[in-house]
Amino acid sequence: MGTFIVRRLLQAIPVVLGVSFAVFMMMHLLPGDPAIIMAGEAAQPAQIEQMRVNLGLNDPILTQYWRYITNAIRGDLGTSIRTDMPVRNEIFDVRFATTVQLALVATAFSMFFGLIIGIVSVVWRRSFLDILLMLIALLGLSVPNFWLGVILINFFSLQMGWLPITGWGTPAQMVMPALMLGIGGSAVIARMTRASMLEVFNQDYIRTAYAKGASERIVIFRHALRNAMIPVITVVGLQFGFLLSGAVISETIFAINGLGRLMIQSLMNRDFPTAQGAILVCSLLFVLVNMCVDITYRFVNKRIDLN
Amino acid sequence: MKSHKTAKNVQMYIGAGIVLFFVLVAIFAPLIAPYDPLEVVIPRRLQAPSSEHWLGTDDLGRDNLSRIIFGARVSLTVGVLATAIGAATGVIFGMLAGYFGGKLDSIIMRMIDVLLAFPGLLLALAIVTVLGSSTRNVILAVAIFAVPGFARIVRGATLNVKKLEYIDAIRAVGANDFRIIFLHIFPNILSPIIVQATLNVGGAIVTAAALSFLGVGTPPPTAEWGAMVDRGRAFLYQAPHMIYFPGLMIFLLVVGINMFGDGLTDFLQPKKSR
Repeated sequence: MGTFIVRRLLQAIPVVLGVSFAVFMMMHLLPGDPAIIMAGEAAQPAQIEQMRVNLGLNDPILTQYWRYITNAIRGDLGTSIRTDMPVRNEIFDVRFATTVQLALVATAFSMFFGLIIGIVSVVWRRSFLDILLMLIALLGLSVPNFWLGVILINFFSLQMGWLPITGWGTPAQMVMPALMLGIGGSAVIARMTRASMLEVFNQDYIRTAYAKGASERIVIFRHALRNAMIPVITVVGLQFGFLLSGAVISETIFAINGLGRLMIQSLMNRDFPTAQGAILVCSLLFVLVNMCVDITYRFVNKRIDLN
Repeated sequence: MKSHKTAKNVQMYIGAGIVLFFVLVAIFAPLIAPYDPLEVVIPRRLQAPSSEHWLGTDDLGRDNLSRIIFGARVSLTVGVLATAIGAATGVIFGMLAGYFGGKLDSIIMRMIDVLLAFPGLLLALAIVTVLGSSTRNVILAVAIFAVPGFARIVRGATLNVKKLEYIDAIRAVGANDFRIIFLHIFPNILSPIIVQATLNVGGAIVTAAALSFLGVGTPPPTAEWGAMVDRGRAFLYQAPHMIYFPGLMIFLLVVGINMFGDGLTDFLQPKKSR
């Protein structure tokens, strides 16, 4: 197990480097000159040139990347062009925790409903209820989450006045963003749970369990569910990544001060260091979550080959 | 068992019907749209649905129904073109990686891993911001976003097919690698590609609409469903119809595509069907 974790960590290094390089290059391709933005539109050419020198923008691109990555490893992600604050503080003071909380609440929501729907449709498989639940899951899978968010606001906040439209922190504020982000995930998890459990039901050991006289409940919960969870874990991990990107939308709609909103605002404002830092942190978090999923996967199913 | 299969078939036909409906709407948009989708008429702004304007008007007095009808063109074009470009690129990379293996496989798959490390929409968002807002750039961004999915599936399928005896036989009679890849492996891995492509179109349409919703997609005044929902947000109190209908159209079209894709999976990959 130890070797697996070490190997998995080593495998992540080139991906992390690749991601950081891709983000770095993307920011360099963005239209707009950071030196002009920082020096101000009214600055003299000499001042702009001085700014370029200060920012190291005249150095070769690889030198700039090397400087960026070595600084990032030390925790220095640069300074925001717009607010003059260190990007690290912009990201980690409040926003990072908010977005992670949002993703966790939505994941919990989607796991809870996804598993229940998946299990219920397996218990009553091939019945009308099964068909109905899978149809609902298909609808959940297809609904555009940004539209759902606006519909939720219209119904729960504007018409009923039950929930606050904006912000994050109180349970009431968490309901709509989690619902909006979690519905798609619930649908994916429900479908995966059902498919995976039906697969397990074809195995000999399940037939053996029935033959021994085990009840449906024992077979489902003790034998089938545990083994069917393996592919479901992967889906949950992938969903977490989608939730991180979905955060861009939900944070925009519900005016939540999180990483996603920071990202889109900094991209729009051409605040290169902040956008770069936010995308990098989000991607690294995604890589980390997927690594944890792989390790859990391995832990749950010891038969999986490392390669 | 039989009832389940029938239900799945019915689902596939309903899905195909919905998709066909939207395709026809997109093709014949200029003939069926009652008004010019871009015509601004301020005195009739924010009107609720009526016999004159079935789906109401927006904040500039433009007819919502006409905008929605023309919006089908944008969404379908983006969904299909982005999927086609993403599929073509992913299939080529996936087949090369799976067939040649070794270093080429490692390099391609690490690149794919990097692309996969960007959570969903972020990659498309960053690409469109870099390239600038336009329908063409949205197609490109959504296509790049689709490449990893195709590359992974195709690589796996290629690995399975290349082990088969008939490939050895073809090689023995002197066929070169590229002939084997494109003429003998490709036709045998088409099923998973078609299934992935169908399901990808729905995702591509939602991603493109989300980009427009965030203000970086197809630029105004073009009628685009995601942008229409975004515009309607500011008038939720006065004119909620501005958000209901365009969003509902995205929802319906994607439901249709997913129903059809699910049925297709059962048909082309029976082992995967439940």
